[in-house]
Amino acid sequence: MLDSGNVDAGALVGNIDRLARRVAPPLPVADALRAVLPEGLPRGSTVAVHGSVSLLLALLGTASQEGAWSALVAMPPVSVEAAVEYGVDPARLAVVPDPGTEWSTAVSVLVDALDLVVVRPPATLPSALGRRMSARARSKDAVLLTYLGGAGLTHWPGADVVLTAATIEWTGVGDSAGHGRLRGRQVELSASGRGRHAPPRTTCCWLPAPLGTGIDSVSLPGPEVARLDDRRAG
Amino acid sequence: MTAEPADHATDAVRMIAVWCPDWPVTAVRLVNGQGERDLDPETPVAVVSANHVVACSHAARRAGIRRGLRRREAQGRCPALVVLPRDEGAEVRAFEPVVQAIESLAPGVEISRPGIACVGARGPTRYFGGETAVVHALSRALITRLGDLAAVGSNVLIGIADGPFAAEQAARRGTIVDPGGSAAFLADMSVDTLGLPELADLLKRLGIRTLAAFAALPATDVLARFGPAGAWAHRQAGGRDARPIAARRPAAEFSAEVVFEPAVDTAEAVTFSTRTTAELFVTDLAGHGLACTCLELLVRTEHGEETVRRWRHAGVLGTLDVLDRVRWQLDSWLAGRHPEADQPTAGVTLLRLTPVECVPMLAHQQALWGASGADDERAHRALARLATLLGHGSVLTAVTDGGRTPAERTRLIPWGDERTPRNGPDRPWPGRLPAPAPSVLLDPPRPVQVLDASGRQVTVTERGAVSEAPAQLSYGHQPVPITAWAGPWPVDDRWWEGHRPRRRARFQLVDLRGRAYLATCTLPGSPVGTHPMPQTSTDAPVWTLDAVYD
Repeated sequence: MLDSGNVDAGALVGNIDRLARRVAPPLPVADALRAVLPEGLPRGSTVAVHGSVSLLLALLGTASQEGAWSALVAMPPVSVEAAVEYGVDPARLAVVPDPGTEWSTAVSVLVDALDLVVVRPPATLPSALGRRMSARARSKDAVLLTYLGGAGLTHWPGADVVLTAATIEWTGVGDSAGHGRLRGRQVELSASGRGRHAPPRTTCCWLPAPLGTGIDSVSLPGPEVARLDDRRAG
Repeated sequence: MTAEPADHATDAVRMIAVWCPDWPVTAVRLVNGQGERDLDPETPVAVVSANHVVACSHAARRAGIRRGLRRREAQGRCPALVVLPRDEGAEVRAFEPVVQAIESLAPGVEISRPGIACVGARGPTRYFGGETAVVHALSRALITRLGDLAAVGSNVLIGIADGPFAAEQAARRGTIVDPGGSAAFLADMSVDTLGLPELADLLKRLGIRTLAAFAALPATDVLARFGPAGAWAHRQAGGRDARPIAARRPAAEFSAEVVFEPAVDTAEAVTFSTRTTAELFVTDLAGHGLACTCLELLVRTEHGEETVRRWRHAGVLGTLDVLDRVRWQLDSWLAGRHPEADQPTAGVTLLRLTPVECVPMLAHQQALWGASGADDERAHRALARLATLLGHGSVLTAVTDGGRTPAERTRLIPWGDERTPRNGPDRPWPGRLPAPAPSVLLDPPRPVQVLDASGRQVTVTERGAVSEAPAQLSYGHQPVPITAWAGPWPVDDRWWEGHRPRRRARFQLVDLRGRAYLATCTLPGSPVGTHPMPQTSTDAPVWTLDAVYD
């Protein structure tokens, strides 16, 4: 009798848990990223990011503005100045540059308590371990962002979304005489993935934006203004 | 002996427990001296604290006196009852010979409370060749040291079982429980034996009367409903060790010390001065999600005498519990019950609290609807935990610092240290790059070759002009064409340090693949770099990539 009562209670708790998971709101993303991530960053998902650390910082920045905690694990040294430009609050950013052999422990501990965990996986990652990390993030409602660039892994097993940034052009910098300076960059973002994210999406945006900083959609007046400025200055 | 259930009792340590029944009564009798009326074993005696009976003699029990009775009611049941006030200091002092008798057999005695002490059984069992032999040896040791105990009509019981709780119950019955048999041994006992009256009361109202019924509940549900203390009791009831499977020795950094200057020579004064430290000790552990269940207390005097005792506590040690144990240990030591040479001859100068065993508190609460943003407390705790796991300095936090290069403007600080920039980041730093900042720093800067269209090294003249337009970027392998570049921006800094000025020029380079770099050209004759050792370049300029606009 007592036992059955307990089982019921357990099942109820499970249901509430599942209910809560569905209700948990996704982390917000910048407006310019809505075209590739229409719902924001769903909690519990794993997002693989190719080709740009700025894109990672832009993803962290908007959530950080909302009070989210994030961590960078085994990442190359990131400029805190750039992070601040994308809106990351450095007081809520932890950096674990070299977790060494405790790599997976560090990710597990961080995923348990933080909202966003950025990790650059080592070149040789057993796919079972990758899946386990993703599963852990899913059960803890954290977002695992994997940076696949440089000499690291090129494919994360079990990623829900794969975001790729490809540079179209840098603006503000003179092409021959050394005039101007780097002001902004247009990138092409593409997203693919599984389930809801299966249909591929593509967009263009500024990363970083020429007027002010951060990430912005591409409709803003950009390169012409910037070039004129430089000519006047030069 | 061979096939025991894997999750059951096999991880528990065999413990010997020594139990002195009605210890408060015995202690009061010993202190009151011999020859008085209340020393007669047949006189009913009750020890009262806060107007309730906490212990009574065998004669009083026969007269119907029970623990927990109101004083007036006890006197009503037995008019001849001698009522004595409780004296906790006396209890500890009187217990010291028992502890020493156990220590003469094996080190590492854990005192649960005055009247009950346990010690690991493994060592003495091997030495004496069997658990029965240990019990005999222990009895002999107790008899030689405790002549006066017999005089007050008190006896001592010994029991052996898995884990401290089962051992205590075994001692109450004076039996030896076979290895792995603790769960069965405890099964029929009442939940009252757990020593948590509120929990026992609630369990009985839920219809759970025996330890077996309590142990049958799922552990996670018990934890969720009754908290860490309930989970601890649940493990005890199942005959499992108090230590959870994932228990680890807490890091030494949790230990706390009090230094007395000048030396203090009364237990009261030491206890009073220890209060703040004890509070910090408990809150520090709690801040890391831990609660102490076994504590090692070291006291040292000015002349170097030491006393070390381990105190195990039923449940979780609070500040007051810690202070109680400090007072008890000092009482018995300073009162000179130690016959050995290490009796204190001077005041106390040092007191150290070291957690020996900790259990996770698991007390952090989630918001009602699950993930509504990891709160700051939880994140702080996790990061502190990771820092202890990986070592100080491996978890960092970043601040914007003052400086001219991107590397100077990023400062990493070990997690937990104060987040202060070294130089004012908001001061004007003439010559620093305007936004956007490069996102990835190359540390150390990567040496490269920057070539003009004809393949010669590009250099910067004394007047700050480029010799030729940079056209190719080469690091190691095939040169990559440069599609756009900006600069040079001369930087003359650090000329106020040392003899040779460091003359450099910065560039922004964009290569054919769309990657943008911040590059530095160090002019001939300048020291290159700042670490590890400034080297002097030869007549060719040295190019490095400092950061990537990734």
